[in-house]
Amino acid sequence: MSARLLEVRNVTRRFGGLVANADVSLVVDEGEILGLIGPNGAGKSTLFNLIAGLYPPSSGSIVFAGEEITRLSAPARCALGIARTFQVVRSFDSMSVVENVVVGALMRHAGAREARLKALETLELTGLIGRANAPAVALTPPEKRRLEIARALATHPKLLLLDEALAGLTPSEAREGVELVRRIRERGITIVMVEHVMEVVMPLVDRAVVLDLGKVLAQGLPAELVRDERVIEAYLGARHRAA
Amino acid sequence: MASQELPGRDSSAVAPRAEAGGRERERIDHDASLGSFARRRHRKLAVAALTTVAIALLPLVIHDVYLQNIIVLTLMYAALSQSWNILGGYCGQISLGHAIYFGIGAYVSTLLFVHAGLTPWLGMLIGGVFAALVALALGYPFFRLRGHYFTIATIVVAETGLLLMLNWDFAGGAQGIQIPYGPDSWAHLQFARDKLPYVYFALGFALLTWLVTFLIEDSRWGYWWRAVKDNAEAAESLGVVVFRSKMAAAALSAFFTAIGGSFYAAFVSYIDPDSVMGFQLSLLIALPAVLGGIGTLWGPALGALVLIPLTELTRSYFGGSGNGLDLIIYGVLIMVIALARPEGLTSLFGRTRKARATPQARANPEARANP
Ligand SMILES: Nc1ncnc2c1ncn2[C@@H]1O[C@H](COP(=O)(O)OP(=O)(O)O)[C@@H](O)[C@H]1O
Ligand SMILES: [Mg+2]
Repeated sequence: MSARLLEVRNVTRRFGGLVANADVSLVVDEGEILGLIGPNGAGKSTLFNLIAGLYPPSSGSIVFAGEEITRLSAPARCALGIARTFQVVRSFDSMSVVENVVVGALMRHAGAREARLKALETLELTGLIGRANAPAVALTPPEKRRLEIARALATHPKLLLLDEALAGLTPSEAREGVELVRRIRERGITIVMVEHVMEVVMPLVDRAVVLDLGKVLAQGLPAELVRDERVIEAYLGARHRAA
Repeated sequence: MASQELPGRDSSAVAPRAEAGGRERERIDHDASLGSFARRRHRKLAVAALTTVAIALLPLVIHDVYLQNIIVLTLMYAALSQSWNILGGYCGQISLGHAIYFGIGAYVSTLLFVHAGLTPWLGMLIGGVFAALVALALGYPFFRLRGHYFTIATIVVAETGLLLMLNWDFAGGAQGIQIPYGPDSWAHLQFARDKLPYVYFALGFALLTWLVTFLIEDSRWGYWWRAVKDNAEAAESLGVVVFRSKMAAAALSAFFTAIGGSFYAAFVSYIDPDSVMGFQLSLLIALPAVLGGIGTLWGPALGALVLIPLTELTRSYFGGSGNGLDLIIYGVLIMVIALARPEGLTSLFGRTRKARATPQARANPEARANP
């Protein structure tokens, strides 16, 4: 059951002089929920962008489902089964909610009617069905986050990358979000979720990787990590730096 | 990978029966939703059919050739702007050089008719394909770039085309080409006295471009194009190949614009570079869509209905074009729209219905979400 789905090998990404990811290596097994945590600016979103193909790494390689994808375009990776949400939501604002999801559904359904049905089913799963015909611009911020998830899910991913999908939610909204993530996993979809609030993710994930200053600082079971001195230090350090 | 389970389907195996009942209800709900979407589409078709019939009957009341002329031009610009809207409105790639496709259509069909006796019906298809190829050649380098390079490139390329035609003697140079008069005939699209056939051709052209847009709206390309316009990076993450999408929109848009050029040449039976490839024409093709509502189904037609009679009337009132007055009018119109109603005239119609629907949907959003 624990076949390897994703392997990130010694990936480095530079932006000019800044090293956003430094020699990052990690693996994701099929069916698991992996937490990717770390203070702001640690390089989590950058790593997502590299996995999803928004831009290529400066060096290193990425293997997905046994296939080397390091130089593949983002749409080609989507076709292979990688879907992602963006930390800053990017809804298609000239379209309705259901049409936003249709765009994702068209990845596997050639016909517009089929894609629409699939989109409605996905909205039902994500609890947005009541807003299906609303313009995407009219959604509240938490609804927009769920729309991002719905859109990504509609592409039939094997791997779903969630970038702070639970950020900025009220406690009850966050609980619903956690429920949604569980339901998605029950469907056999592997999940990597970025979250920088540890309290939210730790109960949810099977395993976590901690990034700090672009490097993998630690990885392991959530229970171990929350007691790990280096992890606590990184978080406290970041808080001090921010203060 | 396509064999993976559909979210929303496979959980029924583990779900208790009550939930299965809930799913059944939801399923019916989806059918209802698909049904109401289909009905909305049918209503649009019905409105288009009624409008077409009404316009077709117009010449029975309006016999004046000058007014019929305005009807022809209004319909033609509605169709041209509808074509422009495919690329500019739906896909978000603003072209200010569509005159080059119009000019290609006009010149290709005219040259083939004058020199080879080829019917303009075939000539306009050839012109359309040629224009589409030019659009692809233009898109190939520029669609990869971000920002406004594409828009600037369209202007430069259209101006280059204009210069080329001004200096190409075989195609009449600056003098242009006169299509020799023959007997009235549908095969040659020539009608010396009667304007009526042109009204019907222009009406058919406008209807065709409307139908194409209508079909596109609920098709792969239509959704992809709007996704590309709204957020290219998000679109790519959902499997949309942005570059290919833009290329397809550009080719289709250019094809229909060229058809309009061929028609115009037959209609006025005299073309020269300035009248079929000038910058003013590029503006006139883009403006109705901008005025009526960019990226909307009815925007271009609505915009043309307001703009074209207005420019024709001012033109006849203040004397021929070339004094720059039309340009000033266009400029003022664009500013007024941008300030008062950025969504265009169609928003005047949509607003009331939306205002009524939204509070309802708001009042009861959870009832449908969690039955
Ligand atoms: N496109 C970019 N250009 C320049 N610097 C970037 C870019 N994206 C991220 N960075 C920088 O890389 C570092 C890591 O950013 P990011 O991956 O967004 O962190 P996180 O998601 O962990 O908060 C930050 O210092 C950020 O400013
Ligand atoms: Mg981030």
